[in-house]
Amino acid sequence: MSVIEGRSENRAEKKLSKEQERLKKVKDAQKVKDRIISVFIGFFAIAWLFPIVWTFYSSLRPYKEIRAGGVLSFPKVLNFDNYTSAISRMELPTYFFNTALITLPAVFLILLLGSLMAFVVTRYSFRANVALLLLFTAGNLLPPQLVFIPVFKMYLAIGDLVGDRRFLYDSPLGVILIHVAFQMGFATFVLSSYMKTIPKEISESALVDGASVFTHFFRVMLPLLRPPLASLGVLMTTWIYNDFFWALVLMSTDSKRPITSALGRLTGEFVTDYNLLAAGAMIAALPTMIVFFVLRKQFVSGLTLGATKG
Amino acid sequence: MKSSTTLDPVLKNAPKAKRRRSFSKRDRLTLGIFIGIPTFLHVALVWFPAAATIYLSFTYWTGIHIGDIQWAGLANYENIFFNTPIFWDALRVNVVWLIWFGAIATPLGILLAYQIDREIRGSKFYQAAYYLPVVLSLAVIGVIWNFLLRPDGLVNGLLGLEISEAVSFFGDDRYNIWVILTMASWRHIGYIMLLYLAGLKAVDASLREAASIDGATEWQSFRKVVFPTMKPVNVIVIVITIIESLRAFDLIYIIYGSSGGLPILGVLVFQNIAGEGASMKGAAYAVILFLLSIVPIIAYLRAQFKEDMK
Repeated sequence: MSVIEGRSENRAEKKLSKEQERLKKVKDAQKVKDRIISVFIGFFAIAWLFPIVWTFYSSLRPYKEIRAGGVLSFPKVLNFDNYTSAISRMELPTYFFNTALITLPAVFLILLLGSLMAFVVTRYSFRANVALLLLFTAGNLLPPQLVFIPVFKMYLAIGDLVGDRRFLYDSPLGVILIHVAFQMGFATFVLSSYMKTIPKEISESALVDGASVFTHFFRVMLPLLRPPLASLGVLMTTWIYNDFFWALVLMSTDSKRPITSALGRLTGEFVTDYNLLAAGAMIAALPTMIVFFVLRKQFVSGLTLGATKG
Repeated sequence: MKSSTTLDPVLKNAPKAKRRRSFSKRDRLTLGIFIGIPTFLHVALVWFPAAATIYLSFTYWTGIHIGDIQWAGLANYENIFFNTPIFWDALRVNVVWLIWFGAIATPLGILLAYQIDREIRGSKFYQAAYYLPVVLSLAVIGVIWNFLLRPDGLVNGLLGLEISEAVSFFGDDRYNIWVILTMASWRHIGYIMLLYLAGLKAVDASLREAASIDGATEWQSFRKVVFPTMKPVNVIVIVITIIESLRAFDLIYIIYGSSGGLPILGVLVFQNIAGEGASMKGAAYAVILFLLSIVPIIAYLRAQFKEDMK
């Protein structure tokens, strides 16, 4: 009996060590595979960055040198001259100011109105809640082309009504409003899915204490919304900063346009000095790059908030 | 939050009923303002113009006086379908775009996310590299790629071609669509990777480990274990792929302006708004674009509002 028992134990042990060996093999194979994949992905990552790096490198060289010796010529001069002349010749400070004039109020309004909307929809039970939320979310997905013609005509008509043709058309206000109208849908959707995760009890206790709707929102809910508001704020700032389309079609005076729209025109104007243009593009990309490196977490969570529901 | 649903119905309803009754006049006004302003803005600048565009697509209008609008029936659509060969060219480009995104760019983004999620060495850097293009404005992307592809740019330099015999990557019909798809993918892949990565973070890592211990190959464990648990993210990724392919136009707009170059539905809308002929063909194009994007929009809404609909 004892012999048999011992044998079977032995066998079990052997089986176990075999199993362990197999596991180790699997793990080792995985390690090798991972290394290969890592090299592969790394190679592509560098290729991915190459266009940006190349543009940056070119922006440090005078265009004259490239015209004389070709793109592949060895650089004799590497400096920031293109940057200083881009700032002055392209009037970049003006365009940056225009961008701020549109982006900051637009983001503020999107966050404020979006959170108001999300607040009412998730905290008070109206029959129309889901319908409203659907309306906002669906509206955000409509192609901008579908609304463009009437918005354009409405802006002109309202301008005539007010007695100032440039009240909405060709004014920062008009561009701000269209951004707000569209992006509010996204903000409402994201904030309402976040608010659903905040315990109802918090609201209930506020109501029991006799808080007005106003206090309930500004004193109780708004402070709790800080994390999604930060993420949304970063994301919206990047989006609106980067948008050039609305400013291009709803503004006719070039000196009022934001920097990204201006870049399109400058491309045509500075066709004779590409490296200057490269410097301009790099400067235009700088704010979003800074946001990207400093506030990456907020940017990523903002992008994915809507996609993964909190 | 779950617990509140199991509360005694009397207890659950009591505060609700009380809440309804206890709305003061001021609170009702506050609530009205809270949803009134966002809803008004959103409806006035998104849904009303969208409806107006649909109406206008059945009319002739010079776009100046509202009284001039004349009913045209299906004339604009007939014109597009039967007398405008460029529409079919554009549609073909959109379809190619969709196939490219669906078969190549999106799967690549998913693959990248899947590999990077395993925390291989350098995954932080890779992540950053792949989604850096996502934060750049398309206006900047246009300049960057122009640097590589223009007649005296890097690619032609590497091919050893003089300006006179250089390949015109944006002008030549044989290359332009592929060049533009490459540029678009440069951004799209990073975006998809980001979304998918966020979804993967939510998948229990031990599931994957268990699968690999059981001897499942990488592909099997992805297809049988990871992919099914990612259903919500999958829907969003598919929807984004379709919507982006249909809407695609900013990139083309920044490269060619509204003059065309590469015909695509989104750009045709803008070529047809400026008065000539007053046919409102642009509106009809916008409606076609809208009809094509309805299916993915509904799929998205259904995925997001599943719980609310119950």
